[in-house]
Amino acid sequence: MARSKDKGSQEVNAGSMADIAFLLLIFFLVTTQIATNKGLTLLLPPKQEDDEPIEIKQQQRNIFKIQVNSADRLLVEDEPLDDISQIRDMVYDFVLNFGNPGDVKKGSAKVSERDTYNSLPASMKSYITRNLGSSDSSDGPASAIVSLKADRGSSYDIFIQILDELNAAYNKIYGERVGISDEEFRKLNRNDPRQKEMYDRARSGIPKAISIAEPTTQGG
Amino acid sequence: MSKFKKKSESSQDIPTAALPDIIFMLLFFFMVSTVLRETEIKVEQRIPRAEQLVKLEKKKLVTYLYIGKPKDSSFGNEPVVQANDVFIGVDGVVKWVNEEKAKLSEVERDQITISMKVDEETKMGIIVDVQTELREANARKIMYATPQKVKDN
Repeated sequence: MARSKDKGSQEVNAGSMADIAFLLLIFFLVTTQIATNKGLTLLLPPKQEDDEPIEIKQQQRNIFKIQVNSADRLLVEDEPLDDISQIRDMVYDFVLNFGNPGDVKKGSAKVSERDTYNSLPASMKSYITRNLGSSDSSDGPASAIVSLKADRGSSYDIFIQILDELNAAYNKIYGERVGISDEEFRKLNRNDPRQKEMYDRARSGIPKAISIAEPTTQGG
Repeated sequence: MSKFKKKSESSQDIPTAALPDIIFMLLFFFMVSTVLRETEIKVEQRIPRAEQLVKLEKKKLVTYLYIGKPKDSSFGNEPVVQANDVFIGVDGVVKWVNEEKAKLSEVERDQITISMKVDEETKMGIIVDVQTELREANARKIMYATPQKVKDN
């Protein structure tokens, strides 16, 4: 009689196994921080040499100026602006202006601005001919430069907000060019050859020219 | 009749024998995907959110720089730069970048990406100073690390 009881207890009681595993699981769930490798990327200009050649004067119309003062007030194209979200559409129109597209082949991809224009989808072309093409704005996407100049006293918060809008404008252009939304464009996986091709096609001839100018030191 | 009834009754309780296995699988997933934080952050980090985020492809090439007000007020109230576990001055950035570059293989050295985690109350002055130093150190790829903004519409 006692023997059979002994035999029954030879098995390890695995009923609480799940509870133990749960405990461990919850511990790891709480302590896990999935590494966030996301953010706004930017390429800095190469370091300044002392014998730097004389600055090439860019045409004023090819520069989209954004200035921020120490009170976080904006001056966009020499006019005050309160609503940051307007920058997106302004930059979009500025880059795609094609006021005077050149035929000179530029950059590593060797595409002229006219080629770039011809590669755009019909909807974008008609938008450009209807609303843009002003001679006061940029000549073409390859010459367009967005200059962001922040005061030393302006906050990082507003800087990020503006940079976000600039990236949004460019992503919108790139996305529309290959027929996807800006969000889909951002999520393109460059390790996949098909998506990489799409990414390169979207970006060819339209460099993301965001320039962070040296800041002013005056508070104003 | 009674035979059928018995059968349906016996299958009513769910077999839980596989439960520990499932839980273990989850556990292993989290154990593998967990990255324990290697540095203790000594500066305030309330990072502004942004919408247009890009994910970095090569994690190995990323090094982090933290900028913000020190949590411990005995270090003052001005924003400082933290790299690894110590505060470095703005003029120590070049040296730090070169040390980080030395950890990478030779072909990857120029592709080093500096991820800057900056507190939202920081003024642009120190950030610009750090960027000038990064240019000096030839670490031109930078990223402003930000969490994803939740769309409010």
